Amino acid sequence: MPEYRWPEMSKRKVMGKRLNRLDGIEKASGRAKYCSDINKPGMLHGATLVCPYAHARVKSIDTSEAEKHPGVAGVHVVSPPGTEIYWAHCEVAFVAAETELAARDALKKIKVEYEVLPHVVHEADLKKVQDRAKAAGEQIEGDPDQALKEAAVVSEGFYGIPVLEHCCLEPHGSVVSWTPDNKVEFNPSTQAVTSIRGDMARALNVPAANVHVHQDHIGGGFGSKFQPDRWGEAAARLSKAAGGRPVKLFLERNVEQVIAGCRPSAFARIKLGATKDGKITLWESQSWATGGFTGGGSPPIPYVYTRIPNQRKNHSAVSTNTAPIRAWRAPNHQQASYLTCAAMEDLAAKLKMDPLELFLKNVDLTARPDTYERQLKKAAELAEWKKLWHPRGDSGRGHLKRGLGIGVCTWGGAGHDSTARCNIHPDGTVEVELGSQDLGTGTRTIIAQVAAESLGLQVNDIRVKIGDTNYPPSGTSGGSTTVGGVSSSTRKATINALTKLFEEVAPALGAPATELEAVDGKIQVKGNPAKSLTWKAACAKLGVKTISETGQNIPRDAPKEGLNTGGVGGVQIADVTVDVETGVVKMNRIVAVQDCGTIINPKTAESQVYGAIIMSICGALMEERIMDAVTGRMLNNEMEFYKLAGIKDIGEIVVHLEIDEINDKRGVIGLGEPPAVGGIAAIANAVANAIGVRVPLVPMTPMNVLNALSGRMS
Amino acid sequence: MQPFEYASPKTLKEALALLGSAWSDAAVLAGGTDLISLMKDEVMSPKRVVNIKEIAELKGISKTAAGIRIGALATVDEVLSSPLIRASLPALTEAARGVSSPQIRNMGTFGGDLCQRPRCWYFRAGFGLIARYEGKDLVAEGDNRYHAIFGNGPARFVSASSFGPALVALGAKIRIASPSGTREVDAEKFFVSPTSSDVREVDLKPNEILTEVIVPVTGAKNATCEVRQKDALDWPLATASVALTMKGTAVASARVVLGHVAPTPWVSAEAARAIEGKAVTAETAEAAGKAAVAAARPLSMNAYKVQIAAAAVKRALLAAAGVKA
Repeated sequence: MPEYRWPEMSKRKVMGKRLNRLDGIEKASGRAKYCSDINKPGMLHGATLVCPYAHARVKSIDTSEAEKHPGVAGVHVVSPPGTEIYWAHCEVAFVAAETELAARDALKKIKVEYEVLPHVVHEADLKKVQDRAKAAGEQIEGDPDQALKEAAVVSEGFYGIPVLEHCCLEPHGSVVSWTPDNKVEFNPSTQAVTSIRGDMARALNVPAANVHVHQDHIGGGFGSKFQPDRWGEAAARLSKAAGGRPVKLFLERNVEQVIAGCRPSAFARIKLGATKDGKITLWESQSWATGGFTGGGSPPIPYVYTRIPNQRKNHSAVSTNTAPIRAWRAPNHQQASYLTCAAMEDLAAKLKMDPLELFLKNVDLTARPDTYERQLKKAAELAEWKKLWHPRGDSGRGHLKRGLGIGVCTWGGAGHDSTARCNIHPDGTVEVELGSQDLGTGTRTIIAQVAAESLGLQVNDIRVKIGDTNYPPSGTSGGSTTVGGVSSSTRKATINALTKLFEEVAPALGAPATELEAVDGKIQVKGNPAKSLTWKAACAKLGVKTISETGQNIPRDAPKEGLNTGGVGGVQIADVTVDVETGVVKMNRIVAVQDCGTIINPKTAESQVYGAIIMSICGALMEERIMDAVTGRMLNNEMEFYKLAGIKDIGEIVVHLEIDEINDKRGVIGLGEPPAVGGIAAIANAVANAIGVRVPLVPMTPMNVLNALSGRMS
Repeated sequence: MQPFEYASPKTLKEALALLGSAWSDAAVLAGGTDLISLMKDEVMSPKRVVNIKEIAELKGISKTAAGIRIGALATVDEVLSSPLIRASLPALTEAARGVSSPQIRNMGTFGGDLCQRPRCWYFRAGFGLIARYEGKDLVAEGDNRYHAIFGNGPARFVSASSFGPALVALGAKIRIASPSGTREVDAEKFFVSPTSSDVREVDLKPNEILTEVIVPVTGAKNATCEVRQKDALDWPLATASVALTMKGTAVASARVVLGHVAPTPWVSAEAARAIEGKAVTAETAEAAGKAAVAAARPLSMNAYKVQIAAAAVKRALLAAAGVKA
C-alpha cells in the first residue's frame, strides 16, 4: 500500500505556505458567479407567499386570480386548506412567472382565509410561556445537596443569550429545471453539493441519477444550507408544470431573515459552589431555550469544565411560534460557553479572585487540562492580562471603563467521508475532482496545496474541480469536517495516481516504480536528480492514456491512517471599553488562542479565526431576533436593525494558532467552528469586569448595559 | 416595487408641474437612499417619480446676506467637507459626520435628510405612522426600544433627520416651493408630530419641494453630539444639538435640541434654562443634561434612552463651549 502520511513538517514545499485563496481575485472582482447570479434562457422567476400570522389554520386558498395574472406560469400551494401554521412568514404558496414583478403581483392575488390562533413568541420570561415549556428530566451527578451545604462560597446568577439569524448574504434558493425527460438540473446555494442530490431526488420522487447539481460559489451558509427546502422543491415542481423551463427562486431578504435558519436561545439560572480557594465543587442549573415550535436547543452545560463533581441540571424546551432552528456554526456551543464562563467569572468576583486563576485552578475539570492551562497562559500573555486586568468594577473614574474577560471553547472537527479523483493527463495537466464545496474558507486552495505537495508540483499546476455531482461524492460542509475530509481524500487520490505514473515511467528511468519520487516538477530516482524526467516528459510516456485514480477518507479508518483527526480546545480573551453614560461597548482587542492540527494554509486558517471572532463580536454586542408580541412577527427581519458589526466596530484581533511539530502529528483538524464559540463569553465577562455588574442578557447593547447598571430588568 | 412613471426635469418649475395633489401621485427623488427602499417595500408606491438631481438651482452651499444657504441637493458629504459650514456651524458638520456610511454621505442629500421617513419598524412594515393593529397601539404594547421618550402621542416614532436638531438649534429657515410660489418655514415648525397615519411628519404638501435652507450665522457656539451603538452605519439612539450665545464666559442664551427622542426634533427649554447665566463646566453641563430629560416619559422598554439623551446634551454643551470633560 502506498505511503499516504503527510510529509514531515520541515520537508513540505507547498503545504504550510501562506497562499492567497485561488478564487480570491475572482470573488473580489465580482467575476465569481453564485447560483443567485445565474440567468438561463427561458427562465421563469419565482416568488414566495408567506403567512402573516404566527399561528393560524388555513381555511381556504384560492389561486385562480393569480393563475390568470398576465405572465404567470404556475402556482404551487404548499399549505393547503386545513394546514396549521406555527410561525409567521411560513411558506404558503409559490408562484413562477415571466418576470419578478409579475410573480410578486400574482402573490397579492392569492386569496387565503386564515383562522387565527393564539401565539407565544417570547421565551425569556419562563413564567409567561404558559404551557409551552416542556421539562426534560432532572440530571444529577454526585451529591449536589451535600455540596451546597459544604461550599464555602455559592454564586448565583441569571444569564440569557438570544435567538440569532444566519444572515447569509446570498439568500437561500436555487435555479432549477425539471424537464419532460424527468431530468433535474439543480443550481442551489448549498453546503451539501453531494447529498442535496439525494434529498432532492427523494422530494421529487425521481431517480437520484437523474438529478445533476452544480454550484461554483456560495454566499454564506453557516449551517443553514443543507437541504433543498420547500422552496427548492417548489421551484422544481413549478418548472415541471411549465414544461421544464428553468425557475429561479430565491427568498426575499425579509423572509430569508425569518425562516431560513436561526440559532436557538438559552437562558439559565445557575448556582456555582466552590471552596474558599476557588475549587469548583457544585453546578446547579435551571435552563430553558427555544428552538422554534418544535423546541430544540439544549446547551451542553457545564461547558468544557464538564467534570464538576456535583451537578443538578434541569432543562426545559420552550415551544414558541417562531421559525425553526438550523445548525449555527458550533450548534449550542456559544450558548453553553456563555452560560458557563459567565457563571465562572461571577464566582471569581464573589471569591474576590482573579478569574484567570479560577479558570486555571479548575483545568482538571476539563477533558484537556494541559491544553487549557497552556492556552489560558498564552492568551493572558497576549492580552497583557497582568498589566490590564483589575478586580471587577475597579475601573477608575470617568465614564469610560475598561475590562478583560475570558471564554473557552472545544470542538471535534475530524474529516467527513470524502472521495477525490485525480486525473493525470498525457500533456501533464492534473485535475482533482470532488463533489465538495468551498464555503469561502479556502477549500479549493487547500485541495490544490495538498495535490501539489503530493505530486511535487505548484498550486497553479492543479485544476481543482468541485461543486458538481459529476465528481466523486464528498461530505456536507458542516461541523468543521471539510478540511480533514477533502485533504485526506485528495492526498490518497493524488498518491494513488502518482503511483500509477511511477509504474508508467519506471522503464524509461531504469529503476523500479517504488524507487521513484516526485520533486520540484520532476519524476526522479530517489535521491538521484541526475536520473529524472520533467513532469511533462514523464506524463508524455502515458501515450493516449489518462490516469484516473480515486482516494477516499473514511472517518472510521482515519484515526489509524493519521491524516486527520478531531478534538480541540481554545481560549479567547476580550478587552473592551464601556461608556457607562451611554452603555456603548467598544472592542479594544480580542485574543484567540486556538488548538489545531496539521495546518495546510496558515493564512486561510487564520482567516477562519478572524471570521469567527467577528461573528462573536456581532453576537455579543449587536445581533438578536426581535419578535413582536402583538403581531407575532419578527420586527428586525432586515439588516438595518438586525445589527452587524462594521469594520470600525471590530477592534484588534490577535490570532494565535498553536502550530508546532507535536500538534502537526495529529493530522488535519477543522477550524470552522471552535473559534466562533468563546468570543461571546469573553466579551460578556470583559463587560462585567469593566462596569462592575453582570449584564445578564446578550447582546450587550446600550439598552441591556444601561438596564443592568441601573438595576432595571429588560 | 410597483411600476412608476419617471421624469427628470431640468428646472424647478418643470418639476413642480410634475407633482400631484395627493402623496400617491408623485414622489420626489434626490439621493434615493430612503425612497428606493420605501418603494421596494411598497410602503410608498408613487405613480410617478420625479428626479430633481438635474436641477442646478437646488445645488450648492454658499454665503448669503441672510446666512449660509444649503441647497436641498447638497450631499451629506458636501456638508461634512464644507469649510464654510465647519467655521461657523460645526453642529451641522458633526451631524453630517454621524451619517456613518460613506455611500450614504455621497448619495444622500441635505433636503432628503430632512424629508426622509421615520425608521420605525412598525411604519416600515406597513402599519402606518401611528402604528395600529386590530385596535392595538403597536408601539406602546410592542417593542419600543428605539421609540420616543418625549411627546404626547399618538405618534411614537422618532424623527430620523440627522440635521433637523441642529437646524432647529441654529434657528434655520426652510424654503419650500410650490406651483403657486415659495414660502419659508422655521426649522422648528417644519417638523410636526402627526395625529393620523394619513398626514406627513413634515410641513410639506404633495405639490411642494424643499429647495434650500438658510442658516443664520450669529456667532453662537454650537455643537452636535450623537450617540450611536455602532461606528459603522447605524441610527443614533439619541442626539443633542446646542447653540450658545455667550456673554463673557457665561451662557447668555441657549438653544438645546434633542434628536431621535420624539417624532420631531425636541426643543428643551428646561435644559436651556439650566445652563443660561452659567459657565459651561462638567457640572453645569451634567445638570443641564438632567434637566433636559426631567420631563421625559419613556415607554415600556426605552428608559435607557433617557440616560443617553442626558449624556448627549451634556457632551454637546461641553463640545460647544470647548470644555474637555
